[in-house]
Amino acid sequence: MNDEIRRKRVTRFIDTLNQAKELGLTVTEAKKGSLTLCLPYSDRIIGNPDTGVIHGGAITTLMDTTSGCVILCSLEEFELCPTLDLRVDYMRPASPRKPVYARAETYRVTRNIIFTRCEAFQEGGETIANCVATFMRIGKDASPKHYRDLITGGEE
Amino acid sequence: MTDPEILRYTQETGDFSRMLESIPYAIWIGLQCEQFGDDLIFRLPCKDSNLGNPILPAIHGGVIGGFMEMSANIYLIMSQESLRMPRIVDFSLDYLRAGLNRETYAECRLTRQGNRVANVMVSAWQKSRSQPIATARAHFLLED
Repeated sequence: MNDEIRRKRVTRFIDTLNQAKELGLTVTEAKKGSLTLCLPYSDRIIGNPDTGVIHGGAITTLMDTTSGCVILCSLEEFELCPTLDLRVDYMRPASPRKPVYARAETYRVTRNIIFTRCEAFQEGGETIANCVATFMRIGKDASPKHYRDLITGGEE
Repeated sequence: MTDPEILRYTQETGDFSRMLESIPYAIWIGLQCEQFGDDLIFRLPCKDSNLGNPILPAIHGGVIGGFMEMSANIYLIMSQESLRMPRIVDFSLDYLRAGLNRETYAECRLTRQGNRVANVMVSAWQKSRSQPIATARAHFLLED
């Protein structure tokens, strides 16, 4: 599998997640074991109307999605892995009217569990939040074949 | 987070509509809040745009997180004697069951209130309170 296939799989997967699609999440970079997604700024996700700072929940969704999707960049075959837990540390509020990026990596993949870490940042590189998460492997057969084919585009 | 006038109104009347209408993210996910005596119950109605996993289908884990985080924040504001704005420091979330495409509820508990930091527990459920779909813990910094 090459990086172009990884990018396509993640893009197709995000396209099936209503909330990720509504937020306008896009793939910035997909590599083996690492993934960067972009959350565009939008007035609809503001948490503080006085400052225009977006709500932490949107950052949580960005990081949960990036951490879940990086699994597609680590495993050869598509497996849907439910999130077991997620821990987010907020470093500073995101600057308004600018996109937020999240870069995730799988730092350990076992037969049952996948461990990820993720950093949210903005242009200039200042960290907005850090996140570690664990995902459970329930096997590729836990999701229907038509859905797996939709994500992989039928290619292998 | 919100206008002190709106906060005062909410604290005095227990009517959360003005507060929630002033926060775009609350409108975005559809968060509602109701007061029963001293207790607050947060509600996340069914909304197709909140879904993640299309097969089950299930609510996106991030939306469940955002819902619980905002619930903890509002709960903490309401539990303060004076007007203090909590700032979230960290948030730790355990997913226990799939959050199916149905109405979700959350309640909070103040585990510890210090001078500057508060620890809040949040529990979210759908069918039964005794079968939570997720539990969370958050630390907030409190500023006057």
